[in-house]
Amino acid sequence: MRLMTDDELRAAAVRCRLRVVDTAKRAGVGHIGSALSVMDIVTVLQCAIMNAPDAGDPTRDRLVLSKGHAAMALYAALVETGCLDEESLASYCTDGSTLATHPERVVPGIDFCSGSLGQGLSVGTGSALAARLGGQARRTFVLMSDAECDAGATWEAALFAGHHRLNGLTAIIDVNGQQALGYTPDVLDLEPLDAKWKSFGWDVIDADGHSISALRDALEFRGDCPTVILARTKLGRGVSFMEGLIKWHYWPLSDEEHVVAATEISAGLA
Amino acid sequence: MRRPFVRELVALAEADPRIVLLTGDLGYTVLEPFQERFPDRFINAGVAEQNMMGMATGLAEAGYRPYVYSIAPFAVLRPYEFFRNGAVLQDLPVRIVGVGGGVDYSHEGGTHFALEDLAVLRPFPSVRIFVPADITEAALATREIADIDAPVYLRLGKDEEWALPDPPPGGLGSRILVPGTDVLLLCLGPMVRSGLVAAEQLASDGVSAAVAVVSTFNTDDDALVDLISPFPLVLTVESHFVTGGLGSLAAELIAEAGLGTRLQRCGFRNVPDGRSGSPGWWMERAGLSPSQLAARAMDALLPS
Repeated sequence: MRLMTDDELRAAAVRCRLRVVDTAKRAGVGHIGSALSVMDIVTVLQCAIMNAPDAGDPTRDRLVLSKGHAAMALYAALVETGCLDEESLASYCTDGSTLATHPERVVPGIDFCSGSLGQGLSVGTGSALAARLGGQARRTFVLMSDAECDAGATWEAALFAGHHRLNGLTAIIDVNGQQALGYTPDVLDLEPLDAKWKSFGWDVIDADGHSISALRDALEFRGDCPTVILARTKLGRGVSFMEGLIKWHYWPLSDEEHVVAATEISAGLA
Repeated sequence: MRRPFVRELVALAEADPRIVLLTGDLGYTVLEPFQERFPDRFINAGVAEQNMMGMATGLAEAGYRPYVYSIAPFAVLRPYEFFRNGAVLQDLPVRIVGVGGGVDYSHEGGTHFALEDLAVLRPFPSVRIFVPADITEAALATREIADIDAPVYLRLGKDEEWALPDPPPGGLGSRILVPGTDVLLLCLGPMVRSGLVAAEQLASDGVSAAVAVVSTFNTDDDALVDLISPFPLVLTVESHFVTGGLGSLAAELIAEAGLGTRLQRCGFRNVPDGRSGSPGWWMERAGLSPSQLAARAMDALLPS
């Protein structure tokens, strides 16, 4: 299914957020805030931007979920595209399931395993290089956390992709300003992010990471060099008691919190 | 061994458009034949080995066969986790080509040694490891690797001239070069050159020393057990720490198979200490010169 209108994408993102909190509650695990942070980005990517995601088709667009701990968001969106069904989503984190808190390549619709932060942009750069070598117009998307800009390897890849003007590569940074132990400006200040990326030869788009239309415009853009979208987001977006709190990087939901979260998301607060 | 590698790779790449060669800005006067013939498929990643290995993952997923080339420690150790998470966990045909195993880059100092590369790659059962003994095996290994649909590590020595009298009959692996009955000198790749000299010295002292070369890991352990089992004593000879490489493998196989063979591990037992010297000098310090190997075997054969 390919959803085309912005309203349909918004509705899909609400369904996905519900899947996230329900799935997390069922499994009793965290990383909820991170998944909600990228949910709009992943929904637009999977449902409106990436070409027919027929697993195994070499010309399909690729996604590297470099911030692998947001895998729940990807699983939720893969239900929208039909790669996964609700039943398999229910196996999340159960014994023998292929759906772990970080994504594995054995899952249909998932191109790369991830989980070790700071490695995804290199992988995406190689994938974009492969597309260019093969004369393919396909695109490669890398969804990163802002804290992955702490990692030196991220900048190795940024330098390479910028130098070689790999315009099939789009990085989306989930700029929620938070990481595991604190707020990004307090841990290692990354700003000015736009000047950093521009100086590495990238087109930079600053976008509201929860605006479907803004994300769509940004993700559709393909210039002459690689693009980075600085998606300004909120951790835990859509659930008022989660938004912006460090705790929800890791914390699981209690029964009461789950009810409130699901109610708020259903009410269309997303 | 770099030249036969590049020569064979160029020949293979003529027929196989999936082959790409990435280098971490190393290979001056070595890689040019590939670069000139296939400029699009030659990628200088710069001094950025982590990104180089990460890119190899992306290239391999897309159907390419990336060869990731650098001096062994920079090809293996720096981007190790990228290799683990990329090629190994996702079963992708990435080939690490590490130049200068052991102390080949002796004058460059400890940063350039590879004395633990096998120890960190051997645990992955899916990673096929090739340590060619000579220039002939280096060429054969390059051809053999081309057909392997899994991660590979090729450890190339710097020698460009020496060759055993005969190529391996059935491809690289483990094979006896000199028969004997008292002791087996089980040598890793190019170390067989010292093993052969040591065996001659032992022969002149009336000891029947067999010499075998081991040029692969994670391929056929049973063959290695069969090779070791007839001997009362085996010396492993390797340009590597005694832990994690051939000595450890022999110990594991002897113990698990319940062989009565005694084992002496010859290799590096100390961390490089900041000295400069030739490869021969470093070998001497590690007890790996032919006369030291022969003496070690004699000592072990003496009744206690």
